[in-house]
Amino acid sequence: MSEVPALHVDEISFSYGKQPALKDLSFHLERGNFTVLLGQNSAGKTTLISLITRLYSPHAGSIRIYGYDVRFQSAEALKRLGVVFQQRTLDMDLTVNQNLMYFTSLHGMGPDQAKQRIAQELERLGIAERRSEKVRKLSGGLIRRVEIVRALLHRPQLMMLDEPTVGLDLASRQTIIEHVRKLCKEEGLTLLWATHMIDEVAPSDQVLILHNGKLIASGTVQEVIDRTGTENIRKAYEKLIDINN
Amino acid sequence: MSLIHYLRCFEGIIQREVLRFLQQQGRFFAALVRPLVWLFIFAAGFRSILGVSIVPPYETYVQYEVYITPGLLGMIQLFNGMQTSLSMVYDREMGSMKTLLISPLPRWFLLTSKLCAGVLISIVQSFVYLLIAWFWDVEAPLSGYFVLIPALSLSGLMLGSLGLFISSVIKQLENFAGVMNFVIFPMFFTSSALYPLWRIKESSILLYNIATYNPFTHAVELIRFALYGQINYFSLTYVSIACAVFLSLAIWGYDPTRGTLARLKGN
Repeated sequence: MSEVPALHVDEISFSYGKQPALKDLSFHLERGNFTVLLGQNSAGKTTLISLITRLYSPHAGSIRIYGYDVRFQSAEALKRLGVVFQQRTLDMDLTVNQNLMYFTSLHGMGPDQAKQRIAQELERLGIAERRSEKVRKLSGGLIRRVEIVRALLHRPQLMMLDEPTVGLDLASRQTIIEHVRKLCKEEGLTLLWATHMIDEVAPSDQVLILHNGKLIASGTVQEVIDRTGTENIRKAYEKLIDINN
Repeated sequence: MSLIHYLRCFEGIIQREVLRFLQQQGRFFAALVRPLVWLFIFAAGFRSILGVSIVPPYETYVQYEVYITPGLLGMIQLFNGMQTSLSMVYDREMGSMKTLLISPLPRWFLLTSKLCAGVLISIVQSFVYLLIAWFWDVEAPLSGYFVLIPALSLSGLMLGSLGLFISSVIKQLENFAGVMNFVIFPMFFTSSALYPLWRIKESSILLYNIATYNPFTHAVELIRFALYGQINYFSLTYVSIACAVFLSLAIWGYDPTRGTLARLKGN
């Protein structure tokens, strides 16, 4: 019997009032894969992430995280999920440590375990010495790193990052991408990385290409290139967008 | 998720709200200055104009300052409830609301915990107000201060739930000024906070009818009786029902499948 996928999205649709945002979207993520969700602005990436995190509920279809339905088994599904949203979600007036402690309490973690996990993850991302600083004083790159630390504290099995490198300088982008790829490789974490920047796609990645709320391509980078008869993923992406406009 | 998970989550939410409150000292003083201005200036000025006859729970004539104190405690809670609402809208715009809503614990529990944190803060503010009022000769029997705690908890929960429901309907922070004009002021002025119901009835039957249905009137009366160690059972029932209705509406408003939140793009 095959393994239950990390994420199974089955024919979901969603609209804001009468404006459709996602139409009959289906795909699944295998465990331990790094998948890039590629799409232009307004393609539906953030809406999809909002549905997976149960901020919204799909008007049709279902979403399962490690076999647990997000709508009907939300506790089991959400405790396996770590998220870094596109929008900054840290409390700017609290310190790094206070923000992280708050998050651990939302996952029911005890103070000893929380302190240990916070120390471990801050150390891994090289920001342990900033834990007592107020978030307001941190740079954009550091805030993103704190958000990644936070998303990992409860040891999720699936992690989603929504445009995590937008507005960051090259060095910060590089640090974040390398760290996340390392997590995927060394810890077997399943990763969904939403972006509109094609240069963030690596040859070994899986890709999902979203356009106007529809999934227009999926598979490995090489499969997408082969299917479009192009030379590289950038050209394949441009061709797919042209065809579907 | 076991009971211990729920308790840790509850504790974490309370801690976060208290931390935020401690960092917003202006909010604390603003919450106190408002009722104190009414007590020191409004009540002093109107003492001789607005006579208050003996009405339960008072057993004798009372000074106007004494009469309006429960109303001013209600005012603290009303503004605190709306402050909760404002902070929810702010959190939603700033994104930090998402951190709360993606917790694996049930959404009703998360929202109720956040409400409880707001109520706790409003009770602290109320007792600081009572301490200052005590120097202004507004005293209650010692037992009253103890009975007041559950009364303030219930009325605070009711007003907080109303605020929470309003926050689920409001799209942007800018729309919040409307809440002042259409919720806070009408609720406060069409209640028994500033004058007894019999006095309102003398002036306008319509206003009297509105005041008797106004949940804020019953929150004030619940507080008024509790401050003298008594329970107004009708107000207790009325406030409990109103609390259940507002809380249900708020939870519905934040339900991703049915509520208003799902219709607000970008939240």
